[in-house]
Amino acid sequence: MATKVVERKPLNLAERSYLPQIVGGLKITFRNMWKPPVTLEYPEQRPNIPDRYRGVPTLVKDPNGREKCVACQLCEFVCPPRAIRIDPGEIPEDSEHAHVEKAPREFKIDMLRCIYCGLCEEVCPEEAIFLQDTFSVNGLSRAELVFNKKKLYQLGGTLPDSHYKWDKKRDAAEKGGDEH
Amino acid sequence: MNSEKHDNLISVHIDGEEVRVPPGTNMIEAARSIGTEIPHYCYHPKLSVVGNCRMCLVEMGMPGRDRETGEPMLDEKGQPKILWMPKPAVACATGAAPGMHIRTDSALVRSCREGVMEFLLVNHPLDCPICDQAGECHLQEFATDYGRGYSRFVEEKNVKPKRTRLGPRVMLDDERCILCSRCIRFCKEIADDDVLGFIDRGSYSTLTCFPGKELANNYSLNTVDICPVGALTSTDFRFRMRPWFLKQSPSICIESSVGVNTVVWSREGTIYRITPRRNDAVNDTWMSDSGRTLYKGVDSGDRMNVYTLEGRPADAGAVLEECVALLRGGSVAVVGSGRSSVEEQWMLKRTVEALGDEIPVYLVGRTEPGDGLLISNDRNPNVRGALLTGLMDTLPAATLDDLGARIEAGEIDTILSFGEDLCAAGLARGQLKKVRVIYAGTHHNDCSQRSRVEIPLLTVFERSGSFVNQQFRLQRFSRAIPGPEGVYSDLAFLALLHARLTGLRPMRPEPAEIWKHLSREIAALRGIEYDRISDTGVVIDGSKFAHLPFCEGKSLHYEPTAATAVS
Ligand code: SF4
Ligand code: SF4
Ligand code: SF4
Ligand code: SF4
Ligand code: FES
Repeated sequence: MATKVVERKPLNLAERSYLPQIVGGLKITFRNMWKPPVTLEYPEQRPNIPDRYRGVPTLVKDPNGREKCVACQLCEFVCPPRAIRIDPGEIPEDSEHAHVEKAPREFKIDMLRCIYCGLCEEVCPEEAIFLQDTFSVNGLSRAELVFNKKKLYQLGGTLPDSHYKWDKKRDAAEKGGDEH
Repeated sequence: MNSEKHDNLISVHIDGEEVRVPPGTNMIEAARSIGTEIPHYCYHPKLSVVGNCRMCLVEMGMPGRDRETGEPMLDEKGQPKILWMPKPAVACATGAAPGMHIRTDSALVRSCREGVMEFLLVNHPLDCPICDQAGECHLQEFATDYGRGYSRFVEEKNVKPKRTRLGPRVMLDDERCILCSRCIRFCKEIADDDVLGFIDRGSYSTLTCFPGKELANNYSLNTVDICPVGALTSTDFRFRMRPWFLKQSPSICIESSVGVNTVVWSREGTIYRITPRRNDAVNDTWMSDSGRTLYKGVDSGDRMNVYTLEGRPADAGAVLEECVALLRGGSVAVVGSGRSSVEEQWMLKRTVEALGDEIPVYLVGRTEPGDGLLISNDRNPNVRGALLTGLMDTLPAATLDDLGARIEAGEIDTILSFGEDLCAAGLARGQLKKVRVIYAGTHHNDCSQRSRVEIPLLTVFERSGSFVNQQFRLQRFSRAIPGPEGVYSDLAFLALLHARLTGLRPMRPEPAEIWKHLSREIAALRGIEYDRISDTGVVIDGSKFAHLPFCEGKSLHYEPTAATAVS
């Protein structure tokens, strides 16, 4: 490859003395000295988080305390940095939620990997994973920042449900939809 | 293709493209041969045709002939005029006829498919998130192609039994069943265990087992494979992993000398399931349930995964030195395995040659009654490989009585067992005490406890190579998962041992490399290149061994030769 020599213009006297630049800088400093501050004294002061902000992803339960996630593993598939790991399992037949059949045995999100993109929330067919307004998570080790299922439900809490899809299915079965 | 076959091919036109197919080919297969998919549910290439799902409807027409003159009718452009049937036909049950024209993608065909899909989805549950079939479900696939995207059905859906246990390995969700009857036909026609049937009528039709029966035959999991939806699921694989995460590696089942072609599904070094791979000359599209569980040995607690010397973990190099010392320090007998690949058997033979001329070599026979379908009487997958490579020249006996007698006579100082448990093969503890044993194997057992040197070997899922099945068909298998950390492959260890014994440079332990020698040295294997062996295998001329009394009986696609039948 040919090398191209770029001509470098010599600095003139004003440029070499730096004085015009210093004066220009000071002007900006003095102008802003009298304006109200735009920054926050984080972490003592906290910003207002808009609704729909995307912070840490968490798992939620429905108002009846049923874990909504059915371990379909779509979020695990869609997650761009592969932050999610799910170990799916079967709900035992004697459980009150046996009609849902499937739930995660373990659900881990590596918060060091998560980029808060929100794709997991968007892809979830069960409205089970939501990004919260928490944006700062920290810990003293890497392992500590891989949140397990327990921790994710703790952070997520309960969310209103407008469908109760699985309960409707159970009710239909109890009503004897197969009588004919 | 030979010429006489070529002659009776008939020509049909699919979407304007001319295809030549053998007579009797149905439209689905004819279209498949040019890469056009006609959506279907109930048709399966290896089962009888019932034509009950109506998903495969296509438009069909024949070139017209003038009734009076018998002359072909021509259109304005002078082309033969096609008289299209007013109603669509099912592609699965309609054979291709000479000159036939088929439209697989016309407006009528699309609207038929949309109609069928809408009816199929009327009572279908919204189960995909918890359904094991999701990701490999034909109903999902065709719903994305021909579904409406919303439902016009405002009535209540049927409720049918879910989580029904059909047998020890198969679960049924009746709501998801689309009543294609593939599973019923499989049980009746292939497994010869007629236990499934439909009860009730119309949309209340329900798949069930006959009273007092269960789907328990050793081929039951094939119903799970052929079920086009998630109605039948495997209790073993149920809810364990999504298929889209799994890597598929072509492999060969080591259950018997049938050499069933398989796919091993794994994710990050863990195997989740094994399914059959289609090979019309060996196993069609089937495999046994027992063969599907073989992957469980990979992670079992008794897996051998470190080299040991006198029971203590040791470095592989030190173990190699000790092997050389033992093998050089007295008279040696070698026990090979019918579970080793062709390449490993050949490498073992070279090693034996490096040790001397009069080294007795044994293999352990595993004869158990087969099922006449896909499990043969010979439970070693590769006895014929040992014959071809020259490791053996007779068929193996089930027990090592001859070796036992030699030990008693004090003729043997050291036994190298490459893959066989000597205790299980009939050597008594007292006999093993009289010799020094080098045991290479995948799992701990009585023999490993009594051996001076333990060499961990890899399972079939962790190595690559080839087996020769009962038809003398050479078939490749490839590595699905990595072996235990720090363990050489069987081939690599043998190559190192051979190099140490001969002072030559070690051979590169790749099957392709070994095959360069095999195809040069062995007449029957001449001209075969490992990388070119097709996915369905190549048949090798085994006539040289026709006089041997092989123990296999008749099984799917295999007839024993006369010599075998006599014995
Ligand atoms: S927010 Fe994005 S990166 Fe974080 S877990 Fe969800 S999908 Fe993954
Ligand atoms: S997408 Fe939703 S239901 Fe599926 S595994 Fe993720 S959180 Fe659970
Ligand atoms: S059978 Fe197919 S369409 Fe039906 S729930 Fe299962 S994955 Fe979904
Ligand atoms: S269970 Fe599956 S294979 Fe059997 S009839 Fe129903 S859909 Fe077909
Ligand atoms: S595939 Fe032809 S009717 Fe089902």
